[in-house]
Amino acid sequence: MPELTCVICPLGCRLSVTLTPEGVQVSGNSCPRGKAYAIEEITAPKRILTAVIKVKGRDQLLPVRTATVIPKELLFTAMEEIKKLTVTPPVNMDEVVMANLAGTGVDLVATKPVA
Amino acid sequence: MREVPVELLVIGAGPAGLAAALSAAKEGCKDIILVDRLNEPGGILPQCIHNGFGLRFFKQELTGPEYAQRFINFLAAYPQVKIKTGTMVIELTRDRLAYTLSSREGLCCYRAQAVILSMGCRERPRGAVNIPGTRPAGIYTAGTIQRLMNIEGYLPGREAVILGSGDIGLIMARRLTLEGVKVRAVLELLPYSTGLTRNIVQCLDDYDIPLYLKHTVTEIYGEKRLAGIKAAPVDDQLQPIKDKVFALNCDTLVLSVGLIPENELSSTAEVTLDPATNGPVVNSLYQTTVPGIFACGNVVHVHDLVDDVSEEGRIAGRAAAAFIREKITPRTGVSVKPGRNIRSVVPQKVLAGETTLYIRAKFPEKDLFLQVGSDRVKQRVVTPGETIRHTINDDKFAKNVPHIAVSLEKGGENHA
Amino acid sequence: MILVAVKETDVLIIGAGIVGAALARELSRYKTRVMIVDKEIDVSFGTSKANSGIVHSGIHDHPGTLKARLCLRGNRLFPELAAKLNFLYKQNGAVIVCRNKEEIPALEKLYDNGKLNGLTGLRRLTKEELLHMEPHLSPDLAAAIYAPSGGTVVPFDMVFALVENAVANGVCLSLLTEVQKIMPGREDFLVQTGQGLIRTAYLVNAAGLHAAEVAGMIKDESFSIYPRKGEEYLFDRKLEGMVHSTVFPLPDKISKGILLIPTVDGNIMIGPTAHRVNSFNELSTSASGWQEVFASAGVLAPFLRPADLIASFAGLRAGSNSDDFIIGPSPVSPRFIHAAGIESPGLTAAPAIAEYLVELLKEAGLKLKEKSDFNPLRPVVRLREFDRETQKQLAAENPAYANIVCRCELVSEGEIRDAVRRGASTLDGVKLRTRSGMGRCQGSFCTPQIIKILGEELKKAPAEITKNGPGSFLLAGWLRNRDEAVAEKEEKLNA
Repeated sequence: MPELTCVICPLGCRLSVTLTPEGVQVSGNSCPRGKAYAIEEITAPKRILTAVIKVKGRDQLLPVRTATVIPKELLFTAMEEIKKLTVTPPVNMDEVVMANLAGTGVDLVATKPVA
Repeated sequence: MREVPVELLVIGAGPAGLAAALSAAKEGCKDIILVDRLNEPGGILPQCIHNGFGLRFFKQELTGPEYAQRFINFLAAYPQVKIKTGTMVIELTRDRLAYTLSSREGLCCYRAQAVILSMGCRERPRGAVNIPGTRPAGIYTAGTIQRLMNIEGYLPGREAVILGSGDIGLIMARRLTLEGVKVRAVLELLPYSTGLTRNIVQCLDDYDIPLYLKHTVTEIYGEKRLAGIKAAPVDDQLQPIKDKVFALNCDTLVLSVGLIPENELSSTAEVTLDPATNGPVVNSLYQTTVPGIFACGNVVHVHDLVDDVSEEGRIAGRAAAAFIREKITPRTGVSVKPGRNIRSVVPQKVLAGETTLYIRAKFPEKDLFLQVGSDRVKQRVVTPGETIRHTINDDKFAKNVPHIAVSLEKGGENHA
Repeated sequence: MILVAVKETDVLIIGAGIVGAALARELSRYKTRVMIVDKEIDVSFGTSKANSGIVHSGIHDHPGTLKARLCLRGNRLFPELAAKLNFLYKQNGAVIVCRNKEEIPALEKLYDNGKLNGLTGLRRLTKEELLHMEPHLSPDLAAAIYAPSGGTVVPFDMVFALVENAVANGVCLSLLTEVQKIMPGREDFLVQTGQGLIRTAYLVNAAGLHAAEVAGMIKDESFSIYPRKGEEYLFDRKLEGMVHSTVFPLPDKISKGILLIPTVDGNIMIGPTAHRVNSFNELSTSASGWQEVFASAGVLAPFLRPADLIASFAGLRAGSNSDDFIIGPSPVSPRFIHAAGIESPGLTAAPAIAEYLVELLKEAGLKLKEKSDFNPLRPVVRLREFDRETQKQLAAENPAYANIVCRCELVSEGEIRDAVRRGASTLDGVKLRTRSGMGRCQGSFCTPQIIKILGEELKKAPAEITKNGPGSFLLAGWLRNRDEAVAEKEEKLNA
């Protein structure tokens, strides 16, 4: 019976999750948001990934983020692609610097403009 | 030396200063200089590449650079705000004379009608935590590691141990791991982490990084470059238990052992500081004890949410603009009196009208009541790492009471 | 400095600590060829940089010893030397205090000793007079002696100043140059070092902790050296002014005791301990050392709090089997002069030791003719010491002096680049020459920028920059593959 700590609010409820033929059962939560969080964490955990990438001709690196959450198990695969990436300036804020990062269907976008 | 007159001087262009300058401009201030010693505005935000900023302010979870850029963009609409980067204020006097140094403009002297202090804070260094041992290369505070990696683009080491489980330490645990550094452990002196639970999960649990609560570093060894540290559990007096010392090999020790508001300039300007926060004593308008000098952000007290920093900046900017316009002598307000399980309360002095108090508990507890004057609010759980916000909105406070008592009381106890 | 196959010189000084540096500067007045070598990456990086920085009055020394004579003479040379060479020194006086009435007879003995050594200006202080002079000391102290000629100096700053001036006047400095073998000839020595061979007519052994090893290279076993560690603890500058003079307890058999030292830079430093250790590399601070220092200093200064501590360090003294300095020609070879076992008051005595060594070299046959173009001055820029007008002018002339890198100590980019051009090749070398990284934040803010500047000035990649010499790498490398960016820059250079 997997256990996890809910991160939605500072209460940090300790949740117990059981997978039954009827679906996922969650106990220990004080609110419905905790239940939703637990279900996703157990079945398909996802994370936002933030990193920095190389900019051609510049010393300073460019901070980037995934446009939305990607599967947790693909974080290191995504980092390998990110390490190899170089972009050419100028780069606009929110510009897609790599589409479909690590086959997730999620874009990698710039979080800072580069002149 | 020639004194250049300026209406408002804002010292520090991090989130506090950016918000303050914006707010003052919106309130009609015509001549604002916003200085920062770094080469770009944003303060600490450009190096905080992780998300989690702006949930209250923008209803989005932005990264640090994105949050900073929002304010930089807002300010672009106000040409009366001149942002001078690479500029350091080296002296500030009580009567608002400021000397600045920058390679572009050399040494300048400004006479400001009002000053807003928004210098943020510095990190507590190794010397201040007095870890015995050698002094090899490879020991860095978390913020320095963050800058070295995210701005300068360096790999600091290959195997790390982190001392301190506050949010900065946790964030760097994840950042280092994603870049291929083996983070062997996070050590925390207290029996609880002061970081957000979300960060424990997403920075440590996600990567199987062990968190040793009630532990400390007892020794640093390595002649030229760090070779490792010795760690031990601590007893209830926070003293290491000598026969349980163990070694952890590492070439990088990351110190995340506290932030100290950076109040050198505040002291030279004779602003009164609160020993509980190490920051200036301020009232509801974020005025300090010196007329015409305001303060906001981490320089006043260490925040956990940048949104609160922007809010303080907004209030201070508006108040500074009003001070310049009306030239009124500021009222000080009614003092807040911290009581049971309260480490600090900001503002320390409350004026009539609406004031949001930022309250920090000393130690974690469950099932309490927050008592603010005669206000009584249930608190399910408090931890020192998360600010308690309470807005008071009652003119009664300012007129009839000698002070406003703030405390955290156990559930079931009745204090009228 | 790269040496060719056999470098020729008249005098070779082994060791660029305070003694070697003082001698190099003294010899640079003359038309003699002088070389000074050190095994570290920078001068002062042995014992000298960890010295407490006290300029002793001479009250403690045994009358009739070299220590007594050279300490007194050295003390008198400090003010002029500091003015000419621009190193950080102040004559803040010294008080030796009694913790209780029982110690007063020992205090009296010390007073008499001082008179015997020729000290002038010594004053006995009553409890009230002491507290009037030093109001923040413990009110339990019983009596004191005031020695006005006592002072404090920044020891590595003094070494840098001496060496820079020596080099400016023609002395050859070679770092990362460890002496491995000495082959005495009839009229000279052939010295094998890690950087090549040196032939020299005269040798001065100022090798500090390794002086006995160096002596052993010509089979001179007339003395032995053992390391004795001292730990020091530094407090926040906000305590500046709490103590004016350097405060000594009464000395014990091993040392002058644990002191309160108001440094030239405005910090209060307490220490040092004095414990023999087993290795010449044992440089760690310890919990017991801290407890010992804090307990002792706390008796004198109850205002000290652990929360105000900002840094700590340790150093090794070159203890010897002699009670006095070992200065004189080797019994094995008259042209091989020792300056060994230079413990306290070695720093104070150093300028006088240098004078004495020059006499000894003359006695050994060295012919000395004065240079007409000897330049005794060493100018240095310290932005934080200038008044506003001078700062404005300097900034206008050179914008690098207006770009502040170390905010805690107000150190500019210009001064950091100067430091590298003056000889710094490491982070510590920059730090010790400029004070950057020695303030409240202890380098948290400025370190990334200093690494960058060092890389630019030395034309090295940041991953090659070290804290204080081989092995002390600050970084593991670049985060991202830099090949493209590097290739681009090279293209531009070659175009």
